[in-house]
Amino acid sequence: MTPALLTPEAIEEAQPGNPAVAALRSFAERMKWDRNELTVTIAASNIVAAAAATKAAGYNYLMDVTAVDWYPSEPRFQVSYHVLSISTKKLMRLAVMLSGEDPSVDTVTSVWPSANYYEREVFDLFGIRFAGHPNMTRIMMPTDWKGHPLRKDYPVEGYR
Amino acid sequence: MATIAPPDLLIPGIDDVIRDAQKHSQDPGGEQTMVLNMGPQHPSTHGVLRLVLEIDGETVVSLAPDIGYLHTGIEKTCEAKFYQQIVPLTDRIDYLSPMSNELCYVLGVERLLELEIPDRAQTLRVLMNELTRIQSHLVWLGTHAMDIGALTVFLYCFREREEILRIFEMLSGQRMMASYFRVGGVSMEPPLDFWPKVRNFLKIMPGRINEYENLLAGNPIWAGRLKGVGPLSAADAIALGVSGPPLRASGVDWDMRRDMPYSGYEKYNFKVPVSTVGDTWARFTVRMEEMYESVKICIQAMDRMPEGSIVADAPKIVLPDREQMKTQMESLIHHFKIVTEGFAVPAGEVFQTIESPRGLMGYYIVSDGTAKPLRCHMRNPSFATLQALETMCKGKLLGDVVAVIGSIDIVLGEIDR
Repeated sequence: MTPALLTPEAIEEAQPGNPAVAALRSFAERMKWDRNELTVTIAASNIVAAAAATKAAGYNYLMDVTAVDWYPSEPRFQVSYHVLSISTKKLMRLAVMLSGEDPSVDTVTSVWPSANYYEREVFDLFGIRFAGHPNMTRIMMPTDWKGHPLRKDYPVEGYR
Repeated sequence: MATIAPPDLLIPGIDDVIRDAQKHSQDPGGEQTMVLNMGPQHPSTHGVLRLVLEIDGETVVSLAPDIGYLHTGIEKTCEAKFYQQIVPLTDRIDYLSPMSNELCYVLGVERLLELEIPDRAQTLRVLMNELTRIQSHLVWLGTHAMDIGALTVFLYCFREREEILRIFEMLSGQRMMASYFRVGGVSMEPPLDFWPKVRNFLKIMPGRINEYENLLAGNPIWAGRLKGVGPLSAADAIALGVSGPPLRASGVDWDMRRDMPYSGYEKYNFKVPVSTVGDTWARFTVRMEEMYESVKICIQAMDRMPEGSIVADAPKIVLPDREQMKTQMESLIHHFKIVTEGFAVPAGEVFQTIESPRGLMGYYIVSDGTAKPLRCHMRNPSFATLQALETMCKGKLLGDVVAVIGSIDIVLGEIDR
């Protein structure tokens, strides 16, 4: 198994000139290079600024926004943004860790308008709010649905 | 607090459309608009897409899709399955291109496992994927033409699609949901009469595509309904996450097969058709060209089909050969272990991308080191492309909405999952 690189210096050495490493160095809480993918973990309060810096570094195409539930560990939720740079043919992942109590993070629709549906999906299935989102409503489940099905503590059997 | 996106790229919800319509109708001296519900049983919505439109006469003022009618919770189901058991589920996400979903998923798991896949298995996967692409484009062409009113093309397209489905059946026993790919390779060696059958199909197919083009491209009604309808600029396409043929029709030269090759696509010679017009007609021509290119890739795959194993050398992950299982103790143990408790995948996360017939497909697989994934998320091209529907239809005629829906080739199974 190839070990993951965990410091910006090591990643810079393995991937010289990767634009995201330089652009996100000031925001990054953690950086990881694993299985040919760069993951930059940032604080939830910095997401819009970090997204703008990522876009300025050439990552113009937001592919996906989704979440992972690490229940029962805390911080519980990880929101992952997968971004593609069409000019340099590279992809990277921005990650934000959120606590299980009333999880909320600012929307990135102002940077990448395509985040609209993805953030609605994450809200619907995980119950993570995106502050400032133009239309924070359920998208998959019926509007009167209770609970968020992709949470790990959502019951998968029995009557409801 | 974040600033909101520029108003022309705000995607309204259903409530916004209805509220705006009420506001407009109370506006003294303003135009009287009405709200129209389209779907979910409308035949031209290709499944169960529901649209809520505000129309002023026949002009679309705004539009909001309502999705979720086919939501089956596949992502939740994946979390309760062993890694190999998820392959049949991925088939059912995009039921028109099952093999693309399978490929994307198994490539992701193989990257987590760091498996080396034999060349023969990779070539078989490429061959199957390109046949899937032709098959999917044939359904698109048939239904798109039928929406516009050209019923004949549908019958011709399904004639050729049936040929491909017979090839799939020969290979895997299943016409549509083949479940042919395995983590570590493919499930079985193709039967001997498979090769002449595919050869024969690839020989006749370019002529058949030409036949469809002759039926449609010179037809003035077809041109009138498609040219200049549903324009999308390159900047808007990127901003709204559009991918695949609609993105290339808007002038962005991006194809995952060429730009971030997987499964050995770097070994094939093919062109990526691009148009700069960005309307429905451009999407039609781009997909027609793509079918010719897919036939070329299939022929190259058949010509270079290497000999050798069809599965990776990983006895703890790949099910053993049936004969070995009956004669060797080791193989029997491996078989029992894989079937009863799956195989553990090292902890980590990958985002595997491929080019599906509809565009950029990505599988996000997170493993915590056990035999079941912690999270398996699918990024499907149709879901993002649907966001651009409003931008394409705004201010245009109601009848053109049907043409635009046909041209972006959405599959509701992969939007709702």
